[in-house]
Amino acid sequence: MVNIIEVNNLVVGINQKEIIHNISFTIPEGKITAIIGPNGCGKSTTLKAISRNLPYKGSVNFKGKDVQNFSRKEFARALAILTQSPQAPADLTVRDLVNMGRFPYHSFLGGMTSEDEKEVLWALEQTNLLTMQKRFLATLSGGERQRAWIAMALAQRPEVLFLDEPTTYLDICHQLEVMQLLVKLNAELGITIVMVVHELNHAIQYADHVVVIKAGELVTKGSPKEIIKPKLLADVFNVKADEFSCSNGLTALVPVNIIEQCKQ
Amino acid sequence: MQNNSHSEDSAAYFGLDRRVWRVIVLTCFGLLAGLGFFLSLTKGSSIISLNQIINILLHPQDNAQSQIIWNIRMPRTIVGALVGVNLSLAGAILQAVMRNPLADPHIIGISSGAGLSGVAIMILFPSLEYLITPVAFVGAMLAAVCIYCLAWKNGIKPVRIILAGVAVSAFLSAGISGLMIFYSDRVHGALMWMVGGLSARSWTHVGIILPYACIGFLLALAGARYLNVLQLGDEMARGLGVNVEVTRIVMTGIAALLAASAVSVVGLLGFVGLVVPHAARLLLGSDYRFLMPGAALLGIATITLSDTFARVIFAPIELPVGIIMAFLGAPFFLFLLRREI
Repeated sequence: MVNIIEVNNLVVGINQKEIIHNISFTIPEGKITAIIGPNGCGKSTTLKAISRNLPYKGSVNFKGKDVQNFSRKEFARALAILTQSPQAPADLTVRDLVNMGRFPYHSFLGGMTSEDEKEVLWALEQTNLLTMQKRFLATLSGGERQRAWIAMALAQRPEVLFLDEPTTYLDICHQLEVMQLLVKLNAELGITIVMVVHELNHAIQYADHVVVIKAGELVTKGSPKEIIKPKLLADVFNVKADEFSCSNGLTALVPVNIIEQCKQ
Repeated sequence: MQNNSHSEDSAAYFGLDRRVWRVIVLTCFGLLAGLGFFLSLTKGSSIISLNQIINILLHPQDNAQSQIIWNIRMPRTIVGALVGVNLSLAGAILQAVMRNPLADPHIIGISSGAGLSGVAIMILFPSLEYLITPVAFVGAMLAAVCIYCLAWKNGIKPVRIILAGVAVSAFLSAGISGLMIFYSDRVHGALMWMVGGLSARSWTHVGIILPYACIGFLLALAGARYLNVLQLGDEMARGLGVNVEVTRIVMTGIAALLAASAVSVVGLLGFVGLVVPHAARLLLGSDYRFLMPGAALLGIATITLSDTFARVIFAPIELPVGIIMAFLGAPFFLFLLRREI
């Protein structure tokens, strides 16, 4: 297994408060990695630091090259990030949004080329949005809107796609739709996917690799099927969970009780 | 290319494709700007027939009418048009940079900085009144730089600029009020300047503002794509390879230069910088590649039409254009807002 991203001794602080205390892990290339942990443990902070959205100490290497040595646009062509519930002007169309994904390929004054148009149509096709490209984002359902944002990220033609809680505010059907889209993109295009998720069963069902963080420290990492077990939920989330077998041979966890007061 | 159109796509555009709609709106703005420019040249306290005006424009003569057209109305109209361009562009830029619909040149201290330095010259050193334009310009830029420095703390957050701007503006406005109360006998000229007006603007003033308008317009157009991406939020913009901090500083600087050059020439014209960008946005949408030229043209139309009206309605007495603009423009803007085109 080749690692596309290596994080070494990462320390991140926000407003003089240290959030992440010296963690190291790797992201395997061409796989789906889930980052899980309780609220406020630093999952999103980790994602933002690796994607150069926050200053950090330590080193982050992308294919062996320090991410600080990438130019901004070069980095945006290597790694796309989708933040949690991003904002956009109400009158932006799906097409306008996906066009913006080509920004990292433009020079200072350059506009859309026919190559860009081709990539945009490709991204719309991958996310099944070709027929909706003239719709306003505001008129889309939550699932469609999330697909539009994923299409924008795809138009960047990244090798790695970061997603911060991509299924927040979606109903269970649209949650699965987004997850299965990510699995498809991973399988067909070989894009490495790193996502912060709260729904642990999604991590079991869809991820190849999991990184568990608690209170800014790395708890464990490895295969979700082996790691995400009732014991982990007790240790990390203070929740007693029961394990069930699913029809597809995997297991699912259902939390049944709180072990002690949830830590704030 | 896909051509599946949905009914809700184009409902807002009277069944037109969005690009066609935008071209139509921009053309209308252009026609309005042309009309305003033309009316401003032809209407005024001395009545000159249309034929004479055209004749004078084609063949400048030595008579009084030619003087009125070439040395009074023409520079006044051009200054008005350029001020409209500068203030509208500055407002449009700041609304995107601050991600706040209430942002206008006032928010970065341009008005209060120019106001205090201008009023100080008028009241304390009336003999130096010819220096009012450069002094007001320097005052405006100093206030803007001061607000920017106060808001700086590991980078710039729009909310901090807005709050620092409110505080500094309140401080400087207190200075203006203090001066006006202590020297209440000399207030008249200062009051006119605080409202903003185009009377007696000459070719010198055209020369002062023209370079800022031209360069500012080109830079604003070049920055349009960056402002578009900035509307997705700082984190998404960074993810797309935009240097958010530098973009914010550069674009705010361009807005400050545009607004300061306008305000130092005509006084504290409010309203244009706030409302024209919004009116253009309501009709054109939030894509800055269209919004920049749209706001510029609508700014020309707004000021030239208002100024013509201000000269004609109570002729031969003329009102400051700022008053007319707020009286006519505010209800029209509210009408647009309620229609929510």
